[in-house]
This record gives sequence, C-alpha cells and structure tokens, in this order.
Amino acid sequence: MALLEVENLAIEFRTRGGTVHALENVGLSVDSGEIVGVVGESGSGKSVSAFAVMGILDPAARVTAGRIEFDGTDILTAGERKLRKMRGRDMAMVFQNARGALNPIRTIGQQIADVLRCHKFGDRGAIGDQVVAALKTVRIPDPETRAGAYPYELSGGMCQRVGIALAMACQPRLLIADEPTTGLDVTTQSTIMDLIRDLVRANRKAAILITHDLLLAEEYCDRIVVMHAGHVVETASTAALFAAPRHPYTAALIASTPRQDTRLAALRPIAGSIPDLRADLPPCRFAARCPRRIERCVNEPLPRIAADGDAGHVTACWRPL
Amino acid sequence: MTSFGRHFRYVMSENPVTAVALGMVGLLTFAAVFGTVLAPYDPIATDTARALQPPSGSHWFGTDNLGRDVFSRVLAATRLDLGIAVAAVALSLVIGSVLGVLSGSFGGWLDRIVGRIMDTIMAFPLFVLAMGIVAALGNTIENVVYATALINLPFYTRVARAEAAVRRNAGYVEAARLAGNSEARLVAVHIFPMILPPLMVQISLNLGWAILNAAGLSFIGLGVRPPSPEWGIMVAEGASFIISGQWWLALMPGAVLMFAVLAFNLLGDGMRDLVDPRQRT
Repeated sequence: MALLEVENLAIEFRTRGGTVHALENVGLSVDSGEIVGVVGESGSGKSVSAFAVMGILDPAARVTAGRIEFDGTDILTAGERKLRKMRGRDMAMVFQNARGALNPIRTIGQQIADVLRCHKFGDRGAIGDQVVAALKTVRIPDPETRAGAYPYELSGGMCQRVGIALAMACQPRLLIADEPTTGLDVTTQSTIMDLIRDLVRANRKAAILITHDLLLAEEYCDRIVVMHAGHVVETASTAALFAAPRHPYTAALIASTPRQDTRLAALRPIAGSIPDLRADLPPCRFAARCPRRIERCVNEPLPRIAADGDAGHVTACWRPL
Repeated sequence: MTSFGRHFRYVMSENPVTAVALGMVGLLTFAAVFGTVLAPYDPIATDTARALQPPSGSHWFGTDNLGRDVFSRVLAATRLDLGIAVAAVALSLVIGSVLGVLSGSFGGWLDRIVGRIMDTIMAFPLFVLAMGIVAALGNTIENVVYATALINLPFYTRVARAEAAVRRNAGYVEAARLAGNSEARLVAVHIFPMILPPLMVQISLNLGWAILNAAGLSFIGLGVRPPSPEWGIMVAEGASFIISGQWWLALMPGAVLMFAVLAFNLLGDGMRDLVDPRQRT
C-alpha cells in the first residue's frame, strides 16, 4: 500500500460560463522515499490535484468521482478538523511564489514557530531551538540571526528555503512542491531542488514535484505522471518515460523541450492548445491535437495499457507509440 | 528604538505638513490632559463684575456674559470634546473592524447581513440620525458617544471588509491554511493585522469629524449640558452676542474647534500618503 493513492479522481467547477471538467480519471500513487513528478502544460490540472490531496477545494469545486487515500485516511470524506491536523504535520506544501507565501509582517522565525505551535510539535519550551534547527536543515547561513529577519530582507532563493523549512518543520511524510523553482534563477533552482531531494531521501519522505519543466522532472524524479487537460495520459519511471514515451502527447512534449544538444530548428512545438474544459469533450482530450488520432479515440472510453514487461508504465491511449 | 526614532525623523522631514499636524494633535492632547490644571481661572466660576470683557492680557479670549474666562473654558473643554470623540471612534473602530474583517474574510450570509445594516445606517442623513438617537435614548454624554460611534460604524466596516476581502486571497493566507491553521487563526493573525494601516488613516480623519459631530450635537442642545464647558455649547451661547459686538464669545471656541478638526484631518491625510504611496502628489 502506497503512502498516497489517488484513484479515478474527477473534479468539476461550476462557473457562470458553464461546468469546467477540471480533472477526470486522475490516478496517482506515491510511496515513501519516492519523488514523483507531475508534468503538463498550464491548466492541465496539476495544481488542482495537489490542492485536492491537501483536502482543500475551491467552494465552486465538486468531486464527482474517485478516492484519495493518504496513509489510511480517506481525504475526501475526512472532516475539516482532522484535515487541519494533517496539513502541515503529515503533508505540507511548498509554493511557486515563495515570498508571497510568507506573511510580510512576521519574522520568518515567528512563522516557523507558528507551524510548530499549531501542531504542538516537539518541546514547547525549546521552540526557539527548533526554529533554528529547521533553518539549519535548509542550509540557511547564520540561522540564529536570520530567524529574526522579515521576508523582504531575504532574496527569492532564501525565501524559498524558508518556505521549505516551514513545510518540513513538523517532519511531514509527504511534501508537495508546486513549481518550487519557477521564479528562481538556474543556479538557485538547482540548489533548491538538491535540497528538496536530500531532505526527502535522507528521511524516507515522499514528495510530489509539480512542474512544467520536463528536464527538471527528469533530473529529480523517480517516476513521472504526465497530465494533459485534466487527464493523466501516461505514468512511468523516469528512465522508461524518456527512453520510450508511449503516449503521443508525452512524445510531443519531449520533442518540444530544448536540450543542450538540440538545435533550435529541431524543436517541434505541439500544435494547438489545451481544449476548453467547459465543452463536451471526447474521451481522449488530446485527440484534436494528435497526429495518431483514429476513430476509436473520440468514440470509446480510453484504455489503460501497460507496456510490455513494465507494469508500471501505463498509458491512456488507443494507439500508443 | 533608535532606529524607530531615525525612521520617524526621516518620515517627518519628508512630510512637513504631517509633522505640523502631529504637533497640533500633540498640543490638543496636552491641553486635554493638563487643561484644567493650566487654566488661569476656574472655568465655571462666575464674576458678573467682569462680564463681557474683550480679549486682553489678563483674559486672553475675553470673558462671557457671566464673567467666566473664555480661555479657561476653552482649555477645560478640550478634555470633554476630545474624550467624546476618542471614545466614539474607539467604539466604532473595535466593532466596525471586527464586523468588517469577518464579512470580508468569510463572505456569504454574514457579509450580506452586515452590508445591508451598514447601507441602512448610511441611508440616513448621519447628523439627523445622531440627533434622533440622543433624543430617543436620553440627553446624556454617553448617548452622544454611542450615537457618534454608530454613525461612524459603516466607514470602519467598509474599509475593513474591502481590505480583508483582498487579503484573504493572499499567498501567505493560503500557505498558512495549508500549514494547518484554523480559519479563526488565519483571520486573527494573517488578515487582521494587514488591514490596520488603512484603518489608522480612517481613525484620524474620523476623529476630526467626531469632534465636529459632538460639538454640533451640543450646539443644538443635545448631550453636554451647561454650565459644563464644551466648545459647541460655548459657540451656541456666544452666538446671540455676536450682533451686540461681543464676537469673542463664539469665535474663540469656534476657532479652537476648527483647529482641532483641521489637526486630525491633516494628520489623516499625511497618514494616508504614508500608507498608500500611490496617492502621493
């Protein structure tokens, strides 16, 4: 039994412009000690899935099907009180905009202490020491002084380290990182990602890395889940995914990603854009953009086809590569 | 503390008008605290031998028809007028900010009910509403405070509601929610402190208005009763003497009243510039 199991999840948003079918048939599992990447274009449902795992849904959202089980707890039916106790202590989140995720008028030490106190984590009297220890784990130099700093006094990279320290303060078993390095420069990006990886590996935690950066996912994740327009189109180990992508979308995504040795002319962009999720969509939401489309794709519910000899490499496509 | 002092000096040298306004408010506060001690004469002692004397060295603001020293009365009245205004504003601040933050943060039916109540208050001519409240509840100083607080309530509620509605979507609020904080704690720790600066501006602007309102109510005979020295009453009592040439009876308390309202308005303007740099001209 994996630490986190998401099965068959479907979420829709009721809006004035119609019902948005944000997620359909989303499946995901994360084991302890594992980093799972969730990749896809903007609007593919990555963040909605992450928030659903944390038990937070927009008031306009409705779960129409599926199950989310975290360490034996059914998130979708658990009460708010129970979820509140789990958030921050059992599972925590790191955000894209690190500075925006910190309260500008509280020192970073106060904010870390808040989380510890909120979950009555550790020794009451030694909160100051715990704050310093938390800052030390994210390799912030001179943590004793920095604990008294306000977010505006720190650089973007430092803020993200504080964000990670906040998330890891209560030693959660699952860390969800939602585009944690998008606003940072490349060198900071790799130190932050190394930090997340080391923290997860060292303590056998689990992490979900949400990103649109395929190369980042390739470098840091054990397994990758590819999402498109609210569907999980392919799940595979990182090596298998890049060696032999089976879903046409995954293949297109890889072909459109610049690498060190690709020439600009060799990059092939994916035609079209994510379909309007309010419309009545065919079973395969990639069909309209897919060069391998056949009659079946728009008429029959999608299969889940495992690759030969690799049960963990599953794709939702009638005509996999 | 020294860094605060340095910052304070910097801010004040950048905003000379605010510095002057702060000095004016300081002077008023000083008068409110020490006025009765500093007054050269007993503000309610009558001396008909000295009635209606024009301003002079011994009576700076002259004397009234009963021979009371107008300067002493104006000075002694500061505490009462400022007290009414501060009490009323404090009351509407506390109630208004809580109502506003709750309706801005949670929305829904609470927001709708609070919003309609505030609309109802705003629909009245506010001074007439205050008059009505004091007339209905009884002619006492406490009721002047309650009436002034009630007519100021919508301003605080609306400012607090609008600010809270913006702040509740801030990244750090969402982050704090995902860290396991309860909704009550989110509002108290992460939303409420953020709306205080605009409320401070509202307080200062409102204090001037509350003083004017309290003086206005006693001018028409509601609230404070003679012989207590109060600016509004003094203007009212002095008004009948203007035609016969004793202008100082009404003018002196009126000028001090104007000074007080101006001081708080200037301070409020200055604070708004500090809080919202986009409005700097």
